[in-house]
Amino acid sequence: MAGNLMHFLPGAGFPSRPSTTDLTELGVAAIRGGVAKGDFTAREVAEAFNANVAAAQQALNAFIVATPEKALAAADKVDADRAAGKPLGKMAGVPIGMKDLFATQGVQTTAASHILEGFTPEYESTVSRKLWDAGAGMLGKLNLDQFAMGSSNETSYFGNVISPWRRNDGGNAPLAPGGSSGGSSAAVAARLAPAATGTDTGGSIRQPAAFTGISGIKPTYGRCSRWGIVAFASSLDQAGPMARDVRDCAIMLEAMAGFDPKDATSLDLPVPEWEAGLNPDLKGKKVGIPREYRMDGMDDDVAKSWDDGIAWLKDAGAQIVDISLPHTQYALPTYYIIAPAEASSNLARYDGVRYGLRDLPDGAGLQDMYAATRAAGFGDEVKRRILIGTYVLSAGFYDAYYTQAQKVRTLIARDFAQAFEQVDVILAPTTPSAAFALGEKSADPLEMYLNDVFSVPAPGAGRPAVRGPAGVTREGLPLGLQIIGGAFDERGVLDAGLAIEQRAGFAAKPERWW
Amino acid sequence: MSVDKATVAKIASLARIRMSDEALDRMVPEFNNILAWVEQLGEVDVTGAEPMTAVIPNTLRLRDDVVDADPLTGGGIRDKVLANAPAPEHGFFGVPKVIE
Repeated sequence: MAGNLMHFLPGAGFPSRPSTTDLTELGVAAIRGGVAKGDFTAREVAEAFNANVAAAQQALNAFIVATPEKALAAADKVDADRAAGKPLGKMAGVPIGMKDLFATQGVQTTAASHILEGFTPEYESTVSRKLWDAGAGMLGKLNLDQFAMGSSNETSYFGNVISPWRRNDGGNAPLAPGGSSGGSSAAVAARLAPAATGTDTGGSIRQPAAFTGISGIKPTYGRCSRWGIVAFASSLDQAGPMARDVRDCAIMLEAMAGFDPKDATSLDLPVPEWEAGLNPDLKGKKVGIPREYRMDGMDDDVAKSWDDGIAWLKDAGAQIVDISLPHTQYALPTYYIIAPAEASSNLARYDGVRYGLRDLPDGAGLQDMYAATRAAGFGDEVKRRILIGTYVLSAGFYDAYYTQAQKVRTLIARDFAQAFEQVDVILAPTTPSAAFALGEKSADPLEMYLNDVFSVPAPGAGRPAVRGPAGVTREGLPLGLQIIGGAFDERGVLDAGLAIEQRAGFAAKPERWW
Repeated sequence: MSVDKATVAKIASLARIRMSDEALDRMVPEFNNILAWVEQLGEVDVTGAEPMTAVIPNTLRLRDDVVDADPLTGGGIRDKVLANAPAPEHGFFGVPKVIE
């Protein structure tokens, strides 16, 4: 590990010995390297990010709770360990944002809901515990769509997150940072945190990353423990890192992943050295281009960035292969049966008895208390999904909806399995368009769902997928591409993602207006 | 298939979510839009396809059958379990009276 640190070279444009004011321009690798070398202290880094978090809170609302003291305490421990000559962890000195879906001991954990407002876990989620053990510190708990249900971060009980990006038309319309990991994406893009945790159920890491010009990876289902993550749709939920580039994601994923006996679906596999293995040379690799993703009426900017991506991967030595994923169009409706079905079951635990909100009307019995508590505690989108889920699982409709969806899901997974017999990875757009304005789609739940059309198939089939910025639209907003890999092949998607990142030369960042 | 207000009210009752008349009126068309859209799955030929039970093949593990095999998820932590309860009483979860 020390070898990696010694050979780190800061990215283009960053001074090699940044002054204090530049520290928030650094990513995970640069911070870790600088702290290890003694260019600056972990405390200086934490102080710089704490200041950015505080300064942006009113305008961006990226955090539900800020924990500057936690960031400083973790930083002081790293500085003390370094002074004592102790070995430093993979994330030593790196302060991060924690999506408020991860249980954090002693710090309110809400899933952006009213029903969990004030809930203060007595335990720490496995993923956050691993990150703290690796030397990371917590800047705060990040805002998200309520129970991770949403694509724009407009369903949070604690208010919308505002994207740091603006269109270049001078209109200053507030834009969606994507969802559900919208606080995470906004915080990383706005330099409030060098990295953040996300969770992906149907694209909740990749879509917000795409909207804000950052990178994110959803690993293979089971890589990161779900223990201590507020459950949404357990067969799909998977944690992953969100950061400024592919290398930073690889570093953070190594710290987050690993077998956990407390999660029955945790993969009992060693964690590969993804960072050390990064190799953007794609000679001999085959990249599949799924023809079904080239939909009628595709946004010109999105189509162009996809073509650019194909050219970049060719330049990196890859062979481009046309492939077919024939059930693509059914992935989204399948998702919107399975995810609500699982959610209706998972969210049955919020009953006003064991934790969270209780609404007990005068003279009410137990059943009335349940119904009143859940009416007061859940937002509209959460209720909508619980109701849909309850309906598709109800007697008489179960086979027509739920069983049919699970069969179609098998066919979608088979499409991917057959594709990966021909190719190593698949290249596709992340979203049908760049970021939309707040309120633009929230009036129609169905239209909001359709924004997930490209990001839903991979988790439905358990596949890893990475996305990174690939360009900007004519309106000056970032666009992303995603690489989907075979099961367990995070390395393949990271390598191809790095090849694109090196050629895209994406340097755009939101101008600070807050 | 489209649903009426009475059906949505029944579903809401099964899901233990109290809903006002106005909320039900709002929900019915949204519910029907979503159902009409997911119904396209009915056109997929699923002959020979088993319903998916796991996205990544995995085996279910059994832990050792001993008390507190994992101290973190084992017993003896009553106060922690009750720490976030809205109405703990005498070391128990308190609920409204359920027996007349």
